[in-house]
Amino acid sequence: MSKRSREVSWKAFLREENLPHQWCPGCGYGVILKSMLYAFEKGGIAPKDVVVVTGIGCWGKADDYLYANTVHVTHGRALPVATGIKVANPSMKVIALMGDGDSATIGGNHLIHSSRRNIDVVALVANNLNYGMTGGQYSCTTPLYSRTSTSWYGDPEPALDICRLSETAGASFVARTTVYHAAMIEKYIGMALSHEGFSLVEVISPCPTYFGRYNKLSKAPQMLKWLKEQSIPIERVKDLSEENLKEKFVTGVFADKKGHSFLSRYREIQSRARNELESE
Amino acid sequence: MKKKVRFMLGNEAIVEGALLAGATFFAGYPITPSSEVAERASRKLPQIGGCYLQMEDEIASIAAIIGASIGGAKAFTATSGPGFSLMQENIGLAIMAEVPCVIVNVQRSGPSTGLATRPAQADIMQARWGRHGDHSVIALSPATVQECFDLMVQAFNMAEKYRCPVLFMADETVGHLRENCVLRSRDEVEIVNRKRPPEGLEEYFPYKADDDLVPPMVTPGSDYLTRFHSSTHNEKGLPTSSPQEARKLIKRLYDKIEKNKDDIIMYREFDVTKCEYLVICFGGAVRAARQAAIEAREEGLSVGVLQLQTVWPFPAEYISEVSKGKRGIIVPEMNMGQIIGEVRKAVPDKIPVLGANRYDGEPLTPKEIIQVLGEVVSL
Ligand SMILES: Cc1ncc(C[n+]2csc(CCOP(=O)(O)OP(=O)(O)O)c2C)c(N)n1
Ligand code: SF4
Ligand SMILES: [Mg+2]
Repeated sequence: MSKRSREVSWKAFLREENLPHQWCPGCGYGVILKSMLYAFEKGGIAPKDVVVVTGIGCWGKADDYLYANTVHVTHGRALPVATGIKVANPSMKVIALMGDGDSATIGGNHLIHSSRRNIDVVALVANNLNYGMTGGQYSCTTPLYSRTSTSWYGDPEPALDICRLSETAGASFVARTTVYHAAMIEKYIGMALSHEGFSLVEVISPCPTYFGRYNKLSKAPQMLKWLKEQSIPIERVKDLSEENLKEKFVTGVFADKKGHSFLSRYREIQSRARNELESE
Repeated sequence: MKKKVRFMLGNEAIVEGALLAGATFFAGYPITPSSEVAERASRKLPQIGGCYLQMEDEIASIAAIIGASIGGAKAFTATSGPGFSLMQENIGLAIMAEVPCVIVNVQRSGPSTGLATRPAQADIMQARWGRHGDHSVIALSPATVQECFDLMVQAFNMAEKYRCPVLFMADETVGHLRENCVLRSRDEVEIVNRKRPPEGLEEYFPYKADDDLVPPMVTPGSDYLTRFHSSTHNEKGLPTSSPQEARKLIKRLYDKIEKNKDDIIMYREFDVTKCEYLVICFGGAVRAARQAAIEAREEGLSVGVLQLQTVWPFPAEYISEVSKGKRGIIVPEMNMGQIIGEVRKAVPDKIPVLGANRYDGEPLTPKEIIQVLGEVVSL
């Protein structure tokens, strides 16, 4: 239970001693981080109410800049760690910050099963369409035929749609936006934080240093403009042909279902187990 | 009060020991010959308001118990060779981030999927060195069903006391053994809980250790903010690339175990001081060794058995002392010879050290140990 009555400022979360942050100029991660803190403020969530779990990557460095309960783990494993934290300590808001590599490539199996389990954790995925931290190699979300430091002649693999995957697997809240649409980031994180069950917010983020530079989008404003042009609101999808949707980022809320989260189901299992024990 | 004695599997006693130690969380992925641990945990934990989570793989299993422990629970997992291999990276995480947890490995024959239902003790070096980077580690090994229970309590106590993962290196012979087990009660055993920081600190440093080299631990939601970090970090839990801070951390993580060897090392002695020939062993091999010693004594040989309940850190100094003046040492293992290397390093040069080894998926027999004993005697 977060203490909603308490007044909190987003600034309470900022670890000033570590600022300015080390992300490149034009990187979208500062925008996503600030949006998350605004969402905390709006939700009345204080630093001690939240556990931020980070994986490895440029986005995984976010905990360096935070005052909160923070847990920085191995590459790809933020979700199962977050799962353990939430089950053991259900009164905490647990939010896992992961890149596209972290969440969906090396950690793809955990994404599927966390979604299916509908564990009460927020997954905030910053998708910069490549591996920023290791120098811009392709990931499972790199658009088909894009150039990266390991796909010089074009990436032969089609991109994975993280939101559709998570929704299909059973996540009860799923939304996507981009760093261009900054106000929506805060809104979706806010919705995710008050949701019961697994909630995934994917934010497409500019990486001018690598993905941008290799794909003729090396200037930050250029990349932002590209994100805007490539985005299509989910409401418009039904009017468009498959051809028109190719390489587009569909934005909006994919799923927002009330129902049974893992924790609510598990409480039922525990009471069944206790009843059986008593009747023994 | 009447003692509660139950006839049960080693794997079941492991769960009972964990419950007595205060475990409320298990995450795992089933694998022979450890699955009975998961099965019993799944029955018992929901009854006490705890949680059994069946994860998507062993990487997720160890990650989840690390998370649960950070969340404030005492947590464990159980696996065998293939799963133990998958867990290694995150065992390193538990070491680096200093997260108490217990990892049970009911060893089976390998490599790879090997002989899934057959015993081995061939992961004992992997237990020591399976993950990358400099570190020390605690590994215990039970030889009886009673020890599955009792040492499991010790495993949790050490994990909590030293804020580290503890590897519980059982093997198929012990995990699938049925014996009487005294289920001790809460007031019969000492239960250790992780140290908390004092109240009212101006600032809590998550990785600032006390004199015992162990930093107090905080549960999210209490008065201080927690920080856990997998990368090389300073006392604040912030990543650092300073050589001084790196050296300080690596050394402390190593020393908090190595400098407390006296507390961590447990062994059982059977005629160790007065014997002429000494058998040094651990886990399932102990049973054959003790029988071999009895039979050899009937033949007029003076044979003692030293059982290592703690395998890591290795009791090198003690073995070096106790082996002085012995006419020969035998190290039976269900592997091609792993711990024998440590024994050789510890034992004075002139004393012969011979292995009795099986690596065909069959348990060691007293006969094989007696045979090697014969070789040592005739040297
Ligand atoms: C097991 C493992 N494999 C590889 C790496 C190297 N590595 C570190 S970060 C990273 C990719 C990060 O990409 P992403 O998750 O998308 O985050 P970004 O840097 O793009 O924000 C890789 C491959 C690692 N740390 N661990
Ligand atoms: S490499 Fe890309 S993702 Fe990483 S900080 Fe720079 S711009 Fe951001
Ligand atoms: Mg990325």
